[in-house]
Amino acid sequence: MSMLQLLQTNVLTGRTAKPRGRILPYVLSLPALLVCVAILVPFVTAAVYSLQRYRLNLPYLRGFVGLDNYIDFLSDPAFWNTLRISLVYTALTVALELLLGLAIALLLRRPTRFHNAVSIILLLPLMTAPAIAALMWKLMTNPGFGILSYLVGLFGITDFKWASDPSTALFTVVLVDIWVYTPFIMILLLAGLRSLPRQPFEAAALDGVPASFVFFRITLPMLAPYIITASLFRLLDSIQQFDIIYAMTQGGPGDRLMVFQVQSYLEFFQYTNVGRSAALLMILWLITNILSNIFIKHWLRLRARAHRQA
Amino acid sequence: MDHGSLAGRIFRGVALALILVFFMFPIVWILLMSFQTNEQILRIPPRILFEPTLANYEALISGQLRTAAGNLEISFMHNLWNSFVLSSLAVVLALVLGVPAAYAFARYKFKLGETIAFTLLSFRFAPPLLVLLPLSLYYQELGLNDTYVGIVWVYQLIALPLILWIVRGYFEDISPDIEHAYRLAGHSWREAFTHIAVPLAGPGIAAAALLSFIFCWNNFVFALILASADKQPVTVGALAFVTASGIQYGQIAAAIVLSVMPTLLLALYAQRYLVEGLSLGAVKG
Repeated sequence: MSMLQLLQTNVLTGRTAKPRGRILPYVLSLPALLVCVAILVPFVTAAVYSLQRYRLNLPYLRGFVGLDNYIDFLSDPAFWNTLRISLVYTALTVALELLLGLAIALLLRRPTRFHNAVSIILLLPLMTAPAIAALMWKLMTNPGFGILSYLVGLFGITDFKWASDPSTALFTVVLVDIWVYTPFIMILLLAGLRSLPRQPFEAAALDGVPASFVFFRITLPMLAPYIITASLFRLLDSIQQFDIIYAMTQGGPGDRLMVFQVQSYLEFFQYTNVGRSAALLMILWLITNILSNIFIKHWLRLRARAHRQA
Repeated sequence: MDHGSLAGRIFRGVALALILVFFMFPIVWILLMSFQTNEQILRIPPRILFEPTLANYEALISGQLRTAAGNLEISFMHNLWNSFVLSSLAVVLALVLGVPAAYAFARYKFKLGETIAFTLLSFRFAPPLLVLLPLSLYYQELGLNDTYVGIVWVYQLIALPLILWIVRGYFEDISPDIEHAYRLAGHSWREAFTHIAVPLAGPGIAAAALLSFIFCWNNFVFALILASADKQPVTVGALAFVTASGIQYGQIAAAIVLSVMPTLLLALYAQRYLVEGLSLGAVKG
């Protein structure tokens, strides 16, 4: 609960004092509270499941086993594979999307009509359902007729199997992730860039400061809060990626793309091992919870600032 | 950076062109595929000029797909309808639940309010399967599996945080003095809420509703777990469609186009609000 206290003090700073409500605010937020309970009950259930030996196909074996599910992971290569793939996938997607998104935002920085039109067009991939985006790329990388397979063939790479080859599967799903989510980073950084005060840049231009110095010493530091927000947003989504990978390969070929959520989905529905699936998700939750604690702190600060400016 | 030399301008132009090609090509290509027959699609090298056909769309709309193995009945239009029903109901419910709560969070200081707001926010970032898998077991017992009600309820996980946090920001930007003046004139709290606060926050509410609709429509994993073929939205339906054997590629492309068209059009319509919605108001658009 320390997180909540932290957040409460954070969100209230810089705001005008609000009246203390008596009954009305409670009545108004009752439905939202209900939804919270509806989320928290399954969440607690999952936590309990993770401490049980619980298989849907062997219900009579069900029982409390303490931390056994977790301890089993330590010696389980499949778990370490999942952890590794998830982290590599997250690192690759966030880093590449950040670089590309920043580059595009810088290119589109001046608010001309053309730049604005481009930034709107670039939103379309982001508004495509990720699962459907994966299907689009699946059609384009089909070995028989896929346009991308044909195009790499023109460069003499004839046997490129994209997502169905273990050595290129990760590359392919990362590419789809970049296609979908780079515009997210771009649009946040573009909003950030355009909201920066002008004086430092004008002064630097007057003094003839070189562009690289302006970029690394003025632009980047001033943009840092936006970069952090955008990356943390993406980090939290990316480590939980399910749609793109499931729609593309269902975690395959083999266990090449068994990220956390795909693995726990299969653990639940294919192997009907509820306890293990829940334990896996609890570990993922722990990772995301640590990240989101950091994230929400930054985010609230930025949000308060954005609202003061508006 | 801004005052480019000729070389700099050319570089920027080429870079922008490459970026546009990378991000637009898949959409354009799938759109083109959706107007091609199987023979045209399988032709090597692929051609950009071809005689367009509407056969793929006709087959999807009539639900009668000719395949190598004979006629196949697939009600893709039903998936489309499901997406529409599920997303719309979810947004309406989220507005009914969320707008009054957002108002309460913006206007009153109460501990429970902050707790609710942050619980919802932190679960926006939690793994969805963590809630979904136990929920699917509960749903089985409650008989909510594979019902619109059950799915609309879990869609609140997507729509409600979005509406709460965006609309709350809009309410906070409206000075409470206007409402106080209105209340002093003898109007009730409810009148102040419906006649002053909601209309003033109207654009924000509309933006939040549009974005929630898009995100509900694009959701995949909730319905994958909780819905069978009869209640599946397009995201899950399209995947089933691809894996069903013998379906023509042009028809898959047409199904993809029909699935993404509504959200893409809505996004273009609501683009002004996208930045704010995507960042939950952290960066004002």
